[in-house]
Amino acid sequence: MNEQYLEANKKYQERINAVSSQEMVINMGPQHPSTHGVLRLELITDGEIVKDIIPHVGYLHRCFDKHAESMNYGKSIPFTDRLDYLASMNNAHAFVMGVERMLNIQDKIPKRIEYIRVLVCELNRIASHLIAIGTYGIDIGAFTPFMWCFRDREHIMNMLEWASGSRMLYNYIWVGGLFYDIPVNFEERCKEFIEYFKPKLVELDDLLSNNQIFIQRTANIGVLPADVAINYGCSGPMLRGSGIKWDLRRVDGYSVYPELDFEIPVGKGEMGALGDCWDRYKVRVDEVKESVKIIEQCLDRLMHDFKRTPDFDPRAMVPKKVNLKAQDYYVRAENPKGELGFYFVTKEKTDIPRRVKARGPSYNNLSVLPELGKGVLISDLISILGSIDIVLGEVDR
Amino acid sequence: MILETKKILEEKVHPHAVVDIQELGLQPALYINPEHLKAVCVFLRDQEGLYFDFLANITAVDYFPEDFFEVIYNLTSIPYQTQLTLKVKLTGKRDINQLPELPSVSEVWRTADWHEREAYDLMGVFFTDHPDLRRILMPEDWVGYPLRKDYEDPETYNNIPVK
Repeated sequence: MNEQYLEANKKYQERINAVSSQEMVINMGPQHPSTHGVLRLELITDGEIVKDIIPHVGYLHRCFDKHAESMNYGKSIPFTDRLDYLASMNNAHAFVMGVERMLNIQDKIPKRIEYIRVLVCELNRIASHLIAIGTYGIDIGAFTPFMWCFRDREHIMNMLEWASGSRMLYNYIWVGGLFYDIPVNFEERCKEFIEYFKPKLVELDDLLSNNQIFIQRTANIGVLPADVAINYGCSGPMLRGSGIKWDLRRVDGYSVYPELDFEIPVGKGEMGALGDCWDRYKVRVDEVKESVKIIEQCLDRLMHDFKRTPDFDPRAMVPKKVNLKAQDYYVRAENPKGELGFYFVTKEKTDIPRRVKARGPSYNNLSVLPELGKGVLISDLISILGSIDIVLGEVDR
Repeated sequence: MILETKKILEEKVHPHAVVDIQELGLQPALYINPEHLKAVCVFLRDQEGLYFDFLANITAVDYFPEDFFEVIYNLTSIPYQTQLTLKVKLTGKRDINQLPELPSVSEVWRTADWHEREAYDLMGVFFTDHPDLRRILMPEDWVGYPLRKDYEDPETYNNIPVK
């Protein structure tokens, strides 16, 4: 082995061995509830103060890139579900959009299919944000919001199970179409859920967002300035929490988002400095409200303009074989966690790609943690980590 | 757009900074000379009218059996809402003790730190001047670079048979 390639490992070992007698190395994770999965943080601490953080990821590495190189595009979709397993619909939507654009069939997809896609994606976005909000509460010590969020999320899980046949990993959105049309009466049930869900959001604000203890644990903690956020490749609520209005649903205007009316919530620094943990949390809460608006509009269109017809076939446009010329394409979409990207490198005369790289938003959002967490208390580190809202399935891929 | 960018880069950074333009698919790309990569990146980030301040993605691609690698940088400009793809071609050097080398851009965009670690870990591209180029997804003592097309699964890992 070339010595040059081992230098970084040596440097790291020296750094760990060089801690003074006053400092201590603490391993937080991989089995720790507040790391939201198998993430190990190596902390160099001085008493309660965190001096340095060395994140270790890769415990959940499932070789998405390598798998995708050995099968055709349609078969990769179940693997994309397992990236950010809390928002599987959104992952599949991004992947499918990339393949459709390379095939140049994105304008021929029937509107009803696009509206169903947006509907299920936004339902999944709410489910994902509910977990982020609920588990953030429990990180900080509030147990009730966790139970309430999971109770409401369960309704969404049941509905998506009804549509796709599985609870979390759907394989519902296909290249050129859908697995099935949404079941009969899905729209009505969805409407019922929205009516039920709206007052719950008001309750959640009373319970958690404006809770004095919660504010004291999150406001002015982990302040992330906008320039640092951009430089570290943060996206999604992390970036918007720092006050930058950047939402790919508006910037790229993909699918039917340009036809829908919704706002982009950004952090305003209401409770403390701009870009603190509370701002990032609040952006998620506001996004749930916006998603509710989008769902209402989608349901309205699906029940009036693009009604269910007996001869409607959601698989009519699904290509038998994805034949692409040799090219490469970077597709990006706004996931609940941020910008999910897929970089495709295709091969001539085969439907198996040469390379698919997944750009997980959590991976980039997590990389800012050593910067954010220097010099904070260990208990504040938990607040910061929770506000980043990582999913380890996507960090490790 | 891409031609203008090429022209600006040739005028302001170096006459040989851009090697080629690729216009195969939907997104055209600029082939950058690895010697000038860092200067090009700093320029693209700071130049008014370009401001590519957001590095979205770094991908390393193995073109086996042809003997070259490519490293691809997807840039986004948040103020102007534009995208740009940069490519660097690395020829030869398939031996795991002689990795293809490229200057690191982690000083330009800090997010490149983890992306380059991943490219090093899985594809075996060595980034010089990187602050902390350890493996990130695979274990520290792993041998070989699994995303290479000529990679073969090891028979044992730490003397434990795995097949």
